[in-house]
Amino acid sequence: MIDIVLLTLLMVVAFAIIKMKDLFSVIMLLGIYGLLSASFFVAMDAVDVAFTEAAVGAGISTLLILLVITMTGRSENTTRHKPLLALLVVVFTGALLIYGTLDMPYFGSADAPINNHVAPRYINGSMEEIGIPNIVTSVLASYRAFDTFGEVVVIFTAGIGVLALLSVVPRPEDSKKITPVNDSMHEQYLVIRVVTKILLPFILLFALYVQFHGDFGPGGGFQAGVIFSAAIILYTMLFGLNTARKVMNQSVVQLIAAMGVLLYACVGVVSLLNGGNFFDYNVLSNDPVAGQHLGVLLIEWGVGCTVASVMIIIFFSFAGRREMQQHNKYVDNKDQESSL
Amino acid sequence: MDIIINISGALCLIIGSFLCISGGIGILRFPDFYTRMHAVGVTDTLGAGMVLIGLMFYSPDFLIFSKLVMILLLTLLIGPTTSHVLAKAAMHNGLMPELAQNDNNKNMD
Repeated sequence: MIDIVLLTLLMVVAFAIIKMKDLFSVIMLLGIYGLLSASFFVAMDAVDVAFTEAAVGAGISTLLILLVITMTGRSENTTRHKPLLALLVVVFTGALLIYGTLDMPYFGSADAPINNHVAPRYINGSMEEIGIPNIVTSVLASYRAFDTFGEVVVIFTAGIGVLALLSVVPRPEDSKKITPVNDSMHEQYLVIRVVTKILLPFILLFALYVQFHGDFGPGGGFQAGVIFSAAIILYTMLFGLNTARKVMNQSVVQLIAAMGVLLYACVGVVSLLNGGNFFDYNVLSNDPVAGQHLGVLLIEWGVGCTVASVMIIIFFSFAGRREMQQHNKYVDNKDQESSL
Repeated sequence: MDIIINISGALCLIIGSFLCISGGIGILRFPDFYTRMHAVGVTDTLGAGMVLIGLMFYSPDFLIFSKLVMILLLTLLIGPTTSHVLAKAAMHNGLMPELAQNDNNKNMD
């Protein structure tokens, strides 16, 4: 029942997103879409995924797109041509996909391939071999460690890409000009600044809890990293980029992003050197289960570091771009006034 | 004792759901931004709060109870703040309440 309600709401929101012309409302709807998908994942018992979706889909990605439209303007360009061919392609592909679902087994049916192939092996063997109550973590961090390593490298690459495209070197004379503006806004933001300062330690503590409790409950490096960076982003939004850059030195953050991937890879190399396979944690310690615990803990720590720092880097680069644009506008206005 | 807990829990849940529904109707029916803000504020502070308190009555053990208390504290902290920030942002961007606009128009006439 709740599945049907959530899926209907998802459909409605998706159609509204297509129809809307005001990009600001579209972004808000995208956030709602993310939150709805997160609730849907919870209803499907995929709490780990829901965690990530709620933090990334409803939180950080919404913010990043918002930052972008403050730079580009908030109304969509009207297109005059009618893309019939594109519509045809989409309808055709959609029809093929729906035709494909007819052959799929029913959701949760016992003889579906997913329930017969490797899943029983993981479910039966996980507790003995890995010794972690949360099977999702043991699959992600131990059985499929190589896949997860690929994901972390993808995130790291995304961070490098954003840095290469958008990085702005802040000039010291600019930051001096911007700081007084920030202080004058203090009165205006007083309430939300105070509340944020109260909440921040708890958000950071929660992120660390999710990080280190990932072996026992839903959570892990990805979720923890995103929550941690969300706290920093909140701080940046309220206290300005320059203050945040003083708290989190950007070059240190970049270093941490690289160290996370390195830590992950090193665990694999160490297990190679100890005579096992790549990412075979059994050989990390005398007792195989203890070795697995150590390996999972270390690679989750690496994942958390990389995800958190890459998110912070992306936000800093976007916000830095915006600040530069506004500064240029301010300077241009000054020039015009003086020429008049 | 059991019956008292049950009844008070149910009462809180009913009041909470009533407030949520009335808040939802308020968002649709109220004339301008600020009155709608008020409806939203009622929904996510008082409505959600009452539902949480009602659930506390039904919680089987201390762990769930304390988790609910945490969520309640969080909503009490965040709900009013978001309402405040939204209203402030609207004010900052020059959106006037409908009543004030009417007054202005009358004065102009």
